[in-house]
Amino acid sequence: MRSSTTRAARAALATTSAAALALALASCSAGNEPSGGSGGGGGSTPGSSAGGAAGGGGTINGAGASTQQAAFQAWIVNFQEAQGTTVTYDPVGSGDGRTQFLSGGVDFAGSDAYLDDEELAEADGRCTDGAIDLPVYVSPIAIAYNLEGVEDLQLTPAALAGIMAQTITNWNDPAIAESNPDATLPDLPITAVNRSDDSGTTENFTEYLDATAPDAWTYGVVETWPVEGGEAAQGTAGVVGAIGAGNGTIGYADASQVEINGLSSALIQVGEEYVGPTPEAAAAILDNSSRVEGRPEGDIAIDLDRTTAAAGTYPIVLVSYQIVCKGYEDAEVGEQVAAFVEYVTSEEGQQAAVEQAGNAPISETLRSDISASLELVTGS
Amino acid sequence: MTTTTPALTGGRRRPGDRVFSGTATASAVLILLVLAGVGLFLLAEAYPALTAPADRISGGEGMVVYLWPILFGTLITAIIAMLLAVPVAVGIALFISHYAPRRLSQTLGYVVDLLAAVPSIVYGFWGVQVFAISLVPLYQWLAENLGWIPLFAGPASATGRTILTVSLVLAVMILPIISALSREVFLQTPRLHEEAAMALGATRWEMIKYAVIPYGRSGVISASMLGLGRALGETMAVTLVLSASGGVTFNLLSSGNPATIAAEIALNFPEATGLRLSELIAAGLVLFLLTFLVNFAARALVTRQKGGST
Repeated sequence: MRSSTTRAARAALATTSAAALALALASCSAGNEPSGGSGGGGGSTPGSSAGGAAGGGGTINGAGASTQQAAFQAWIVNFQEAQGTTVTYDPVGSGDGRTQFLSGGVDFAGSDAYLDDEELAEADGRCTDGAIDLPVYVSPIAIAYNLEGVEDLQLTPAALAGIMAQTITNWNDPAIAESNPDATLPDLPITAVNRSDDSGTTENFTEYLDATAPDAWTYGVVETWPVEGGEAAQGTAGVVGAIGAGNGTIGYADASQVEINGLSSALIQVGEEYVGPTPEAAAAILDNSSRVEGRPEGDIAIDLDRTTAAAGTYPIVLVSYQIVCKGYEDAEVGEQVAAFVEYVTSEEGQQAAVEQAGNAPISETLRSDISASLELVTGS
Repeated sequence: MTTTTPALTGGRRRPGDRVFSGTATASAVLILLVLAGVGLFLLAEAYPALTAPADRISGGEGMVVYLWPILFGTLITAIIAMLLAVPVAVGIALFISHYAPRRLSQTLGYVVDLLAAVPSIVYGFWGVQVFAISLVPLYQWLAENLGWIPLFAGPASATGRTILTVSLVLAVMILPIISALSREVFLQTPRLHEEAAMALGATRWEMIKYAVIPYGRSGVISASMLGLGRALGETMAVTLVLSASGGVTFNLLSSGNPATIAAEIALNFPEATGLRLSELIAAGLVLFLLTFLVNFAARALVTRQKGGST
């Protein structure tokens, strides 16, 4: 009995490994074709030269924030079709992306934070003319909640901060009841859900809390969630999953994911009104905020005005940048990077991202500013 | 080792012998080199964090304060998982080897082996999307009725993503490893011992107690240590299931749990640079040393069980 099973197992093993080998060979040969084609000057895409300065063929590599990953899926395909340039993007995380960019490993980085002064100095060595940050991706962070029988929950910044700091622990707390006169709030403990991994979303969210409710939120602006004892989950998917799984849960997560999973978002008090995380309201904050001063020419680092009282503005947003060199050692790479970012910020590129990732498209004003900055990239 | 091979080294050595002993030695040296390489890498990369001033470490109070909760989390999940899994695994192994009818025991054996092949991420998804949620009513009951026991103090988590859930998932994960190995060991019990016990009038349980278990004890310990190794190092399932929000607590039911070392690294590695990266690698070094310790302890135990004959 035993020997026969062994023989059968061995035969099965041989078959599977042969199949695996065949597969590997097939994928190898398949993988060779396009690279051979582009080596020959990209002649297979006749429409490529119509795309503009960047010519056909070639590859540019990027790495960084996973925030932009979904949008990149659309951008990469469309840009390849339009211009014939292959773009790769490795969603390794903002910090790792900036490191790889500064060490010359990739041609551009995606990052939820702009380069700090130290990194800017480092960039002078990596690029021929320094690097610039361009805000290309704006996404509202929704305050998602799961509370049976309560719709359109309205929260003041102080109440939100209290909930997340775990000083407000029950849904029938007066601080919540005050701003929800029409709702019947149950006597149920609040489960505040936060990210268990270091995250740009956490950083943006705590920046909002720190700016608008410094009395209730005393933990400052942090990337690692500082309050012990809450419900913690990995990544946006984990947080959304945890909120969906329990009754009486509330947490912060990328608005598009909240919507897809059928959770409700709380309306946040801005000035006199309560605003939800709509794309328009999120994009408005960029235009109502000032730029960071003392940055290199062409750099667009935004100092978000979280405490804004402007009507129709949603202040809890995440802004993700693409970081590019103003001058590349290889001029061709520079042209391709510029063409790519130009496409990304174009109306068409932003729309493609919205369809894929559900973010908020950037405004016309910002688009023309970025376009002006990109002149510097192509110029070298 | 060397003392047992005078016959081989004494005579005329054939090329085949030389090639074989050469490759075998090379393999042995290679594994040591790899191990030393990993150790050195961890030490070198962790060095900045180990020597950094306390206030620059996450949490601002130095490496010990940073590492202690996650070391605690690692140990408590692994220990609870072991307490739950080992008795059940031994039971399964005994049932398969001594109680079940032949046909059933073979089928069961295959099923257990299959369980061992399920990838940990599958256990993770199952744990967080099915298992944890279905445990919530139980946790609420435990917190209400047995809340006076510190372990069940509550308040019960609304999502069930607690230390206890993680331990249960880990227990399910290590169960097949321990039971598969134990089963093989129990099957090796000399037929003569078993028959002798029976002949002396022992019941089947007494036969197992006096003949099978003593014979298989060291094997079960080795199997358990393998399982413990997996429980200590398990990353994916813990990362997905555990609500790791910090703090050292024996309260198994609440949302606030310490992370485990492996989960802490997996969670924070993508966004880590500079000193933070060193901290995480230092945590990895601690886990590396912990697994070493566990293995040494297991070796010592097994050796003592066998009367020093290994």
